[in-house]
Order: sequence, then C-alpha cells, then structure tokens
Amino acid sequence: MSISDTIFGLSTAQGRSGVAVIRVSGPQAIPVIRQLAGQLPEPRMARLSVLRDPDSGDILDRALILFFPGPASFTGEDCAEFHIHGSRAVIAAMLRVLSKREGLRAAAAGEFTSRAFRNGKMSLSEVEALSDLLSAETELQRKVATEGSIRLRTKIGEWRSALIDILALLEAMIDFSDEDDVRLTFDSDVKHEIEALHRELAAFHETSGLAERVRSGFTVAILGPPNAGKSSLLNRLIGRKVALTSPEAGTTRDVIQGLAELDGIPVTFLDTAGLRDQPQSSIEAEGMALGRQAAADADLVLWVNSVDDPQSSPDPRYLNVVSKGDLQPEAIEAISVRTGAGIDSLTELIRERLGLVLTPAMEGALAVTDRQRLLVGRAGKGLQKALSHGYGALDRCAEEVRLAALALEGVIGRVVVDDVLDVIFSKFCIGK
Amino acid sequence: MTYDVIVIGGGHAGTEAAAASARTGVRTLLATHRKDTIGEMSCNPAIGGLGKGHIVKEIDALDGIMARAIDQAGIHFKMLNRSKGAAVRGPRAQADRALYKAAVRTLLEAQDNLEIREAEVTALEFSNGRVCGILTACGQQIAANAVVLTTGTFLRGVIHVGDQQKSGGRVGDAASIILADQIKEFGLTRGRLKTGTPARLDGRTIDWERCEMQFGDNPPEPFSEMTESITNRQIACGITRTTLETHNIISENIRKSAMFSGNISGRGPRYCPSIEDKVVRFSDRESHQIFLEPEGLNDDTVYPNGLSTSLPEDIQESFLRTIPGLETSRIIRFGYAIEYDFIDPRELHPSLQVRKIPGLFLAGQINGTTGYEEAAGQGVVAGLNAARLAMGLPSQEFDRSNSYIGVMISDLTRMGVSEPYRMFTSRAEYRLTLRADNADRRLTAIGRDLGLVSSERYERFCEKNAVLSAARRMCEGAYFTPDEAHERGIPVSKDGVRRSAWTLLAREEVSLSDFADVIPDLASISKPYQELVEIEAKYAVYLDRQQREIDQLASDRTVPIPSGFDYSSVSGLSSELRAKLSALRPRNLAEASEIEGNTPAALVLLAAVLQRAKAS
Repeated sequence: MSISDTIFGLSTAQGRSGVAVIRVSGPQAIPVIRQLAGQLPEPRMARLSVLRDPDSGDILDRALILFFPGPASFTGEDCAEFHIHGSRAVIAAMLRVLSKREGLRAAAAGEFTSRAFRNGKMSLSEVEALSDLLSAETELQRKVATEGSIRLRTKIGEWRSALIDILALLEAMIDFSDEDDVRLTFDSDVKHEIEALHRELAAFHETSGLAERVRSGFTVAILGPPNAGKSSLLNRLIGRKVALTSPEAGTTRDVIQGLAELDGIPVTFLDTAGLRDQPQSSIEAEGMALGRQAAADADLVLWVNSVDDPQSSPDPRYLNVVSKGDLQPEAIEAISVRTGAGIDSLTELIRERLGLVLTPAMEGALAVTDRQRLLVGRAGKGLQKALSHGYGALDRCAEEVRLAALALEGVIGRVVVDDVLDVIFSKFCIGK
Repeated sequence: MTYDVIVIGGGHAGTEAAAASARTGVRTLLATHRKDTIGEMSCNPAIGGLGKGHIVKEIDALDGIMARAIDQAGIHFKMLNRSKGAAVRGPRAQADRALYKAAVRTLLEAQDNLEIREAEVTALEFSNGRVCGILTACGQQIAANAVVLTTGTFLRGVIHVGDQQKSGGRVGDAASIILADQIKEFGLTRGRLKTGTPARLDGRTIDWERCEMQFGDNPPEPFSEMTESITNRQIACGITRTTLETHNIISENIRKSAMFSGNISGRGPRYCPSIEDKVVRFSDRESHQIFLEPEGLNDDTVYPNGLSTSLPEDIQESFLRTIPGLETSRIIRFGYAIEYDFIDPRELHPSLQVRKIPGLFLAGQINGTTGYEEAAGQGVVAGLNAARLAMGLPSQEFDRSNSYIGVMISDLTRMGVSEPYRMFTSRAEYRLTLRADNADRRLTAIGRDLGLVSSERYERFCEKNAVLSAARRMCEGAYFTPDEAHERGIPVSKDGVRRSAWTLLAREEVSLSDFADVIPDLASISKPYQELVEIEAKYAVYLDRQQREIDQLASDRTVPIPSGFDYSSVSGLSSELRAKLSALRPRNLAEASEIEGNTPAALVLLAAVLQRAKAS
C-alpha cells in the first residue's frame, strides 16, 4: 500500500519574508519540478531556475530549487523544495499554480511530519521533539528539543536495561528457585536495585515538570509602591522601552508586559500600577487590583521599593528589590537602573528563585512531553508498589515491575521475555 | 479399516492426543511401534515443576491423563515456590517410572472410542492434497480424517557419546526412516536441536550416608482434582555436589565431549546444560549441585539430575569417582547427547495443524519443545483439533489469557524456537490470573463445552465452584467501618469508607479466620477451599488490570490483517520486522504486537495502513 497523493505546503512562516520555502512531497514531486522549472536538478543540489505557470507560460519567480529523491528525504518520499521570494503575491501565485496540478493537494497541518513518521524516518519521540523544535523560540528550547531528546533516549535506554536486569533477578528467583546457582534474596539482591531506579524515576518526574515551563516560559510580576522605579526596571530587564516612565507617581495604570530571555528561558515581566493606601481615582484603584491579580498569578513577584522611601514587602515570598541605589551610594544592596549596579545579581537571583539553575543533565529531563512524563511517573509508582510486595508475593512484585516496564514501553519499545531470559542465562548457571 | 483420528506415537504428546480425541467421542487409533513403551519417561523421572506444573493442572482441567497418572505413580511430591506467591507455585513430583507407565496404560485402556495398536507406520496417505490415513510396514492401509504425528526426535536423530555416534530415535528401525524421508519431502522448514541425558546409576552402590537427604511435602498434594489423596509410599532423594577434581577431569577432556568436538551442530537448551557446558561457561564456580532421584520404589536405578553429559564412557566413569557418595557407584547406562531435527512450529496453525498439509497435526518434541508436560499439553490441543476437524467443526484455540497451554502454542506458532522450548512462568504475561490453583476454574467449563470433560469431573467441579462462589458472596456481603477494621487489627485508612471482607482480604496479612466471628458459615468450608478463597481475593485486584489489557488485546484482535497482506508495501517498517511479519503472518493487530522486535511506532503505522486499506 503506498501513499498516492502528493502534498505541498508553505514551510516558512505565513506573511512577508525575505525567502519563502514551499515544499512538495509525494510521487508527483518530479513531474511538478519538470512542469514548473523545465529541468530536474541534481539530487540535493541547489539550482537557480525560472518558474513558470505551466498552463499560461507566465513567469512566477526566479527561485532556488532542491530535489530530494525518496527514500533518502525528510518524508521518505520524493521531495521538492522551492525557495522563492517571500512576497505575498509570489507565494499566493505559486500555491495557486500547485493546487491546480493533477494529484496535488495542500498539506494538512503536520502532514509532512506524519508522512516522515509513517515512512519510518522518525520515531514517535523524534516526532514529538520535532514539533517542539519547530515552535522553539529560545536557544535553550532549541537545545532541549535537539540535544535533550538524544539525552532522553539514552537515559530511557539505561532505564530499560535496568528494568530488564531487575526483572531478570525477580524472574530468576521465581522460575529458577530450584536451581542451586540462583541463591538470590529480595533484600540483598533486588531491593536496592528497585529503590535506586525508583529514586531516579521520581527525580526525573520532578525535574521534567520544568519541561512544560521551558516551553511556556515564566511570569514575573513587578509590584511596589508608586514611583519606586518599577517601569524603569522593566525597561532595563527586557532591554527596550515598553513602559512609559516619569517622575510622577502613578504613571502606570495598566499591566504592561515585556518579554525577556533569561539564559534561554522566556520570561514575561509584568509591570503594574503602584500600590498605595489611598488611590486617587477609581481608574487607579482598578489598576491596583489588576496588579494584585497579576502578582497572584505570577511565578515570582519582585517587590520594588525605593532606597529613599523603603516599604516592607506585604508578602514574605516576594523578592525584595531596593531601587534607585544611585541616590545613596552607601546602600550597597540597592540596585540602580541608571548605573546598572546590581542588575546582574538581580537577574541571577530571579533565575535562582525560579528554580532555573539548569545543568546539562537536566536537559534530558526537559525534553519530555507531558505524555512521556506521565508514563515515567506511572513507572515510578509501579516500582514503589513492587517494593511493598517484595516479601511473600514475588509474583505480584514482578507484576508491578512488568507494568512499570509496560509504562515505559510507550517511550522505549517492548521489553520481551527473551530479553529477560537472556540476562538470566548469561548470569546464572541454570540446570540440574 | 477406518478411524476418525489416528495418533502416531505413544509418548506424552501421543497419549494425551489420543485420549483427548477419544474423549470428544470420535473413533481414535493410537499407533505405536511398541505397546510397552507407552507412557515411558525417557529422561528424568519427574512430572511438573515451575511453569510445567501449571500445564499439568491445565491438562487435568481438560480431563487429560497426565495428572491422574502422576498421582498414581508419584513417590516424592513437592510444591515449589510455596512462599513466593500463589501464581508462581509449581507442583512437582518424582515418579516411579514403572508405576507411571502402568497408570497411563490403564487410563488409556479404560478410555472409550480408543484403540491401541502396535504398528510400524511407514507413510502418510494422501487424497486430494489432504492426509487421509496411514500405511504400515505390513502394507496395511488405515484410513482416517486426521492424523496426529508425535514422533519426538526421530527426524535425523543422532546419539553422541564422546566421538561415537549412532543413528538414534528408534535405532535401526527401517519403517521410521521411510516415514522420516517422506516428511522431509513435505518441504517444511526444519531446524536442528540437541539435548542430553546423564548416566543412570545403581542405587545400591551409592553411599547415601555422604549425601544430604531431601524429603517431599507431607502430606503430598495431588495434581488431579479427581484424586482424593496420594497413597504411594513416599521416598527421599539425595543431594551431592561436584568437586574441583570433577571439574578438572572434565576440563582436561573437554575436546572429547561430543558437544565441544564440533560433531554437534544443533542448539541445546540454556536452562538444561550438560555438566561440561556448566564447567566451561561458569568456570568460576567450584561446585554444582546434583540431585540423586530414585526411579522407582522397587527399582534401584538412580537418575543423577544435573550430570547430563556426552563425554566418552571412560571419562564419565572417572569424573563420577570424584563426587561424594558416588565414588564406588556403578553405571547402569552411560549418558549421551541426542541431536535431532524439528519442524519449525511456525509451519503450524494455532490448532497445531500443519498449514500446508490439511489433516496433519504435529505435537511434542517434533515441534521443538522439550519436556513431558509441554508435549502433553500440545497433545491435548492436537488431539482435540484433529477430532474437531474429523467432525467438521472449527478448530479450538487456547488463548494467552486463559492458559499456559495457550501461551506455549502462541509462542511456538508465532515466534518459532531457537532452543528447545520449555515453559517458564515468566512467559505468561497474565501470570497472576493463570495460576495452578485455578486451572479448573479457567478451563473445565470450556473443556465441558468441547466435549472433553466427563460428567463425573464436571459435577465435581460444579460442586466445588458452588462452595467457592458462596464463600465469596459471604465475604462480599460483610462490611466493616475503618474503626471496626482497626478493632480486628487491620490498619485501613480512616476515611469513613466501609469495606467488605472481600476487599480487606486483598491485604497480605488478612485471612478468612479474621472474619470467623461475623461470618460463622465460613467455618463449614474446608481448609483447602478457604485458602483458594483467600488467594482469589488477593489476586482479584490484578484481574481488573489484566482484564483491561486483555480487552485492549481483544480490540486489536478485531483489526484483521488480510492473509495475503504484502508487508513490503508498507514503507517505514524495518526490514527485519518486515521479514518477521511476512514469515509469521499474524492474523490481526494483536498478534502482530506480540512479535518480538515490534515497536509501538511500527504498530501505529501498521494500524494506520490497515485502517486505510479497510476504508478504501
């Protein structure tokens, strides 16, 4: 059974751009190149051609054409890429011409990837990592999507063999208990192995909660009394002016957003209206309410107060930031937006408080999708139950380990009985 | 002369096949070259064990003969893994070899519709591409609708002792050679395997004082639901060990072993290696355990379990001298290795009928298995299905989720074998529900519907089931608040939820006696049945989970794969997996998922392609 239709789609972002890439995949890829460009380029070699509408003969664009013969292509099928000029008109004309070709149709969302998956060019976890890669915005997200998924696979491969080893020990205790050479006990031979793997899975499960955050990013609200320099701090943190600043108290009324990248993590800073006991207007009161709400929803709140008018934080969880340090140079803990003093250590503090001190080892944990995380969590719980059955019910203990393996199976492939028996026979001398 | 079913071979597969076929009511002939070898235990004198004991209980649940025979012949019963959980307990018994043969013979002779005849079968007869009977050495043609072949290791069997070889199976038997030649011409895929056996010793020459003695369970627990109690005198067996000196002799002469001289190409079982294998592969071990198993109450032959070897006779003599207790023992028969061809069981339907040869069924060692129990289990299936074919009924398959027999047959017919196939409990993914203690509750009603189970057994089963069900209902009807549970010493969480006695029984430490005061009727239930109720309660929680898996499997089973499906057209499967799928021809998605090396991604792909093929 082969896939008969050919799909095409714009692979670069919608809208105006310097260069737009249109991709074609399927058996019609070669005829389409011939019809539009006249000549088929060498496989995998870029070639500059004039593209014409085969029906009217009108010139569409001058474009770079690439041809990837299947199965050595992204989708596993014959693929063509047209690198055209990125004006809306050119893109629209090109798509219109393609849609009129026999056997071609516009690709559905994710269809190139799903063809790659169906043709065995990608594994399920690679597909998942790729979809993250495509939407990766920051350097860390990109790294997590590429290197992280490799680490994840390595890591899970290790767990797989650890699980097989544990199962082998349990099965040896069960199926070869009458053998002289299999003198294993749960306490001395299996318990610690299960405990160690359980700890590892639990830790992974914990850390990998961050993965979702790496994708969605964090929110930090800036709160404090009026005129404490909150808007100036926001502008400084994100490196451009998004909030109006003035010496006048109460300049900010609305919640103002600014997106910054903190060592690769997208962090949204929210500037809020200053808080004071007696708001001057109903509008200001409403702004203060919005600010409080933003603080309640944020991952972290910076309590900004000026060095010349210190006001203690209403909530001990807030990170206290003393601003306008340039007014009192002796106040060394204070930061200054004007001189830049203390900004780096503030950034460092924010990272720390967000729990974002990332190590390379964590990147594997971060590459998981929620589905994978769920499975790992389930496996961890199974091992915990296995421990509780270690005495007197080895059959149920082994069942929990087997179910843990099954849970990981969704990520790593099947654990088959023969894998387990292989380990047993290589380790023990079985046979009376 | 016409029969519905002819079974060739009187070993463990053949006897069960013949008995099963006859139980369904069809005219059955058991053709064997010698009546006095029927039910012979040609290797170790024991029935059951881990995984194997489950099969024996299942055969009994289907009213087969093995369990009843061992109950009549057993002289040392032991429940293995007693303390490791009910699902992995394995009943095992050593047999008096002569009593066992006699018991099998008696049971067969009492079987209606079954005729036993000594005959040298030289050929299978065909009509329109179907097997239609047999031809004997005397030139006699016997017609049948189906034939079950259970001829063990007779295909190119070669016996090795050191560098000496002789053609094995039935030595010098011309008839079996002609039949073997005919089978080779069928063009079925074959493979080569080997197995070995130890020397047999004269028990009167063993110094038992130097051995540790091991006793069986007291009282011995019968295998069969039809056996009230074991009446044979029970004996102990001895345990001794090899020494460094033994290992030195074996190492020095290793090249003289048939296994190591290159004379044997077949692959042997890793779980039952020869003593020379053990010495070579585990050279760091200073000693290996040897069980000295008497072969009968009135038989001085001793089977030294653990000493299987194909070393030359003089070397066997000299290494025995180095083993405590065996220094002056006399060898009755030397150990040897046997090498033989088997038919790749992937050539078989799950009914054990040969795919390419309608009317021909294979069971036992010829399918690449080892062990009496594995052979007997296949015998039941082959005999039953041969009879059903003769009656024009559809074949009956046993499922991985209802029996070890089902696990075995699905392993064999889908995965094939690379070493002699032996049952282990770890092969059963539904191990917690496939217990030895509930074999009757899993299979007897099915067997009754198939016509395999006698009225006597079925009535007994129904009575037992009624008692167990009533006990369960009593437990399900008695509720306890957390406080009440605490008063009984059962520490449940104080969540205000009332729990039934049945639910509380799921806890490891709770037993029926904890509820004796509130459910007084429990006292009328016998101790063994009480234990069954407790076990059922403790494993019930896993039933739900396994049921979900089984349901998933069942829904995958409804996605059929067309018989001529062309896997080469599915781009994206690895070439290895594609080759396996093409060879194993799974009938549906569930079977495809059981194939080794299959991945979730490949299954998703396959499911998608099948779905699309169905839609178009």
